[in-house]
Amino acid sequence: MSARLFQFHGGIKANGHKRESSESPIQQAPLPRRLVVPLRQSTRATARCIVEPGEKVLKGQRIGEPEGFLGTAVHAPTSGTVVEFGRHVMAHPSGLETRCVVIEPDGADRWIERKPFDLRHATRADALGWLRDCGIVGLGGATFPSHVKLGTGSGVDTLILNGAECEPWITCDDRLMRERAADILAGAGILRELIGARRLMVGIEDNKPEAIEAMRPAAGALGGNIEVIAIPAIYPAGGEKQLIRVLTGIEIPYGKLGGDFGVQCFNVGTAHAVYRAFDHGEPLVSRVLTLTGNVERPGNWEVLIGTPVDELLPLAGPKPDTDRYVMGGPMMGFALPRLDVPVVKGSNCVISASPALFPPAPPEQNCIRCGECARACPAELQPFELYWFSRAKNFGKAQEYHLFDCIECGCCAYVCPSHIPLVDYYRFAKSEIWAREREKTAADLARERFEFRNYRQEREKEEKAAKLAAKAAATRAKLDAEGAGAEPAPAGEDPKKALIAAALARAKAQQAATAPKNTDNLSPATQAEIDAIEARRQATQQAPAGADATPGTDAR
Amino acid sequence: MIHSPYIRRNASVQRVMFLVLLALVPGIAAYAWQFGAAILVQLALATITALAAEALVMRLRKRPLQPTLGDLSAVVTAWLVVLSFPPLAPWWLTVFAVLVAILVAKHLYGGLGQNPFNPAMIAFCTMIVAYPSLMSQWPMPGADGFAAQLALILGGARELDGVTGATALDALRSGMRAGGAADAVLQQGTEFGVAGGRGWEWIALGYLAGGLFLLATRVITWHMPVLFIAALLAISGVFWIADPATHASPLFHLASGGSMLAAFFILTDPVSGATTPRGKLLFAIGVALIAWLIRSFGAYPDGIAFGVLLMNMCVPLIDMKTQPTVFGHRGGSR
Amino acid sequence: MLTALIVMTGIAIVLGAALGYAAIRFKVEGDPLVEKIDAILPQTQCGQCGFPGCKPYAEAIANGDADINQCPPGGEEGIRKLADLLGREFKPLSEEHGVEKPKSVAHIDERTCIGCTLCIQACPVDAIVGAAKQMHTVVEPLCTGCELCVAPCPVDCIAMVPVTDTVQTWKWKYPVTEIRRVA
Repeated sequence: MSARLFQFHGGIKANGHKRESSESPIQQAPLPRRLVVPLRQSTRATARCIVEPGEKVLKGQRIGEPEGFLGTAVHAPTSGTVVEFGRHVMAHPSGLETRCVVIEPDGADRWIERKPFDLRHATRADALGWLRDCGIVGLGGATFPSHVKLGTGSGVDTLILNGAECEPWITCDDRLMRERAADILAGAGILRELIGARRLMVGIEDNKPEAIEAMRPAAGALGGNIEVIAIPAIYPAGGEKQLIRVLTGIEIPYGKLGGDFGVQCFNVGTAHAVYRAFDHGEPLVSRVLTLTGNVERPGNWEVLIGTPVDELLPLAGPKPDTDRYVMGGPMMGFALPRLDVPVVKGSNCVISASPALFPPAPPEQNCIRCGECARACPAELQPFELYWFSRAKNFGKAQEYHLFDCIECGCCAYVCPSHIPLVDYYRFAKSEIWAREREKTAADLARERFEFRNYRQEREKEEKAAKLAAKAAATRAKLDAEGAGAEPAPAGEDPKKALIAAALARAKAQQAATAPKNTDNLSPATQAEIDAIEARRQATQQAPAGADATPGTDAR
Repeated sequence: MIHSPYIRRNASVQRVMFLVLLALVPGIAAYAWQFGAAILVQLALATITALAAEALVMRLRKRPLQPTLGDLSAVVTAWLVVLSFPPLAPWWLTVFAVLVAILVAKHLYGGLGQNPFNPAMIAFCTMIVAYPSLMSQWPMPGADGFAAQLALILGGARELDGVTGATALDALRSGMRAGGAADAVLQQGTEFGVAGGRGWEWIALGYLAGGLFLLATRVITWHMPVLFIAALLAISGVFWIADPATHASPLFHLASGGSMLAAFFILTDPVSGATTPRGKLLFAIGVALIAWLIRSFGAYPDGIAFGVLLMNMCVPLIDMKTQPTVFGHRGGSR
Repeated sequence: MLTALIVMTGIAIVLGAALGYAAIRFKVEGDPLVEKIDAILPQTQCGQCGFPGCKPYAEAIANGDADINQCPPGGEEGIRKLADLLGREFKPLSEEHGVEKPKSVAHIDERTCIGCTLCIQACPVDAIVGAAKQMHTVVEPLCTGCELCVAPCPVDCIAMVPVTDTVQTWKWKYPVTEIRRVA
């Protein structure tokens, strides 16, 4: 059965440059001298390090414990020794550092004990937990944790497998589909079962006939409602929203997930990783990566997560006139800030770029509002309007014109006759808006806490005054009583003694109840922070800290 | 650091402008054939003036001459000024008009891309208000030799009678004001040709050919020309059918004055025009309506320039109100 | 004459009633201007402006008792926003009130701290936890960087540490155009 295909607005047809790297089989990359495994492998979550320098680890052993809602586990990509736990520059346009575990391989590449996960005798929650513990994230580039994506979907009817690979130059999914079609579909079958989808659609751009040829019989062998569909090769057909639109006609607006519309989308690489995790018990420690561009031997390699890029490059042999390296495709990728950055789960391609391949942008000219960008925009935005607003830092207006619906695909900048780096303006505006929102939240919190503090001080003052008044009244009453009955009490106990004893008891009670102040009015996150601080404090108190503190005591 | 995308289509403002100039060539050829080579002199004069003015501004603003000078946008403006002007206007009028277009209408607003009004139309309107008589002297096709035309442009005595006359639109209106029926006026006057003004039909055809070329090369979209022509035909058609005695035929409207030039080259100026698909439609209809009103009831020979400027003013509003629906926002939640 | 008078009086009564009704119907609670100014201020509550907190400063600006350039943490951008809101001319930050600094948070050296609670009392947003004779710690996400805790500390164990970028807070730069670079 052939499905009716839908179209999305705009898009571009760029030279795919797929042949360079798609014709040779996936090779195993040699073990690097050291592996730098960032603990930040999924969006917005960093795993907690659970190994120490000097520790021996096995391939697939967990080294990072998942933390938070979006956390996933991180594993040792090979057997060896942990030599360092520190900050290293990561593969990110910012060139910022992140916490990494550095492992020196022992060369044995010895696995931990691997046990397949039996889906039939497990609950759904267990299976999702297994995905998290195997560190499965979206391998298309966004690295969104798969267990979260699966968890949100209820009533999902259609599972889409994204094999579009629309970015020029990249061929890792192409090769994977050609060589491991059955494995991919087995993984897709697991995903389909977990999400409860009825149909499975595999979308592949029609510039990859070999991949389509490989996937079709595999799909036939697996049975069930599976369609392998060739879609027109128009960038960005592999964007999740665009692919869903092409295959089902459903449009997912910004801020909504596919699950809300009964459709969910996974990359073919992710499906393959899911298969390895369930049928072989292997956590995600490697991925296929395309090395191409201005190189002698373009191709695809199976690369361990954490392999520094500069150890990979000799495999492909960059030509001398290479001036920079781009991670990802030319449309949405970024130039690597340094070459010793490690490969992460979202790295699909490293392109060696030369001025001939990626010519420097001609000087930026004024926007003439020609509307080319609007014609190319797959999100049906008016990019030039967003450009004017972002340029003028009129962020409110930019949001009004749906800035956040922009998927940063780069089509507008690709077609712009004035050579304006349009996407840079949107990235700038977006990050500025986020920063302002963060600042505003912080300011609101500060205002609230300030006002609460003022209120508390007022209240304490009143309470103190009331207490003083009560005490004064009590003393007066007592004095009056003492004055009236001048004789000692018959019970034989001195009232003054009793008073002192009571005061002592009060003081003791107070001391016992010394509790941190100002801890009301806290959010759970802050409470957690305080708990951590509390734990640290106890640790320092056990350590000998008296010497440092004594001079201070005098100063009081 | 330069960020993605790292590849670009081979497109540039210069290429866009060059295609527009190329598309003007058939119209200019027809112009020179019908009215003599004087128009070429005017074009050259205007081009030099425009480039000089552009260079002056760049110097004053301490900006590099390139790429602004090379983007050909000033040349396009200059050509459009000349093509909307009477071909035998004195040289200083052309220079003055181009200076107004480049310096006032374009650079005082911030240069290419920033001008809210169509520079060529600003120049036209300024001159028609300042020099109404000079702007109303249109030559008859093939009336003079090249030398005589040159003498007229470069100064000397302007012997108005016999050499120049009113445009077809003007002649029709004055004829009808004098009491004649439209049909009768059209048949008597020497100003009129098969469809529009004599000689002008060929130029209009030339512009049409150029316009189709621009459509084919995707420099312009179909919205503006189609809707402008359709609206002009519709409005004039309704009145012509209702009362053919006092109204000119739709074909006459289409082939006269600057209708075709406007449809494909003036309305489609992206900088000052509407940009959304629906906005372009509204913009074109508005210009057609105003142009027809001024042609039929106003005092000026042609109303397109005023129509364009008036609609330019409405562009921000039009664009704001006709924003296309964004991906995923269809189905009401807007 | 009489008709005119009656008509004028009638109009006056009708309009007056309408205005009176509007004043009751659309009554604005509180002083919106103070709220708006307060929303622009950074809420560090540092008092560098000379007022005990951001809200009092906002009130002072609204009453005309204070100028708009007395808030160093808000910096130039803050002054610009205030100038926009109030329709006044932008003016540079008043030097007597301080200088604009990168955003920092207080950090207590836990080994030196003697637990005197002075900083706890000084913190305007209750961002320091601890008790008498117990070590104190700054709850970083709550700290506004006002520096009010630095001076009271008897053992100088509080330092202001600039906030560093993380992937979450890192921002894309404003694109620099070729033309401007040449110029």
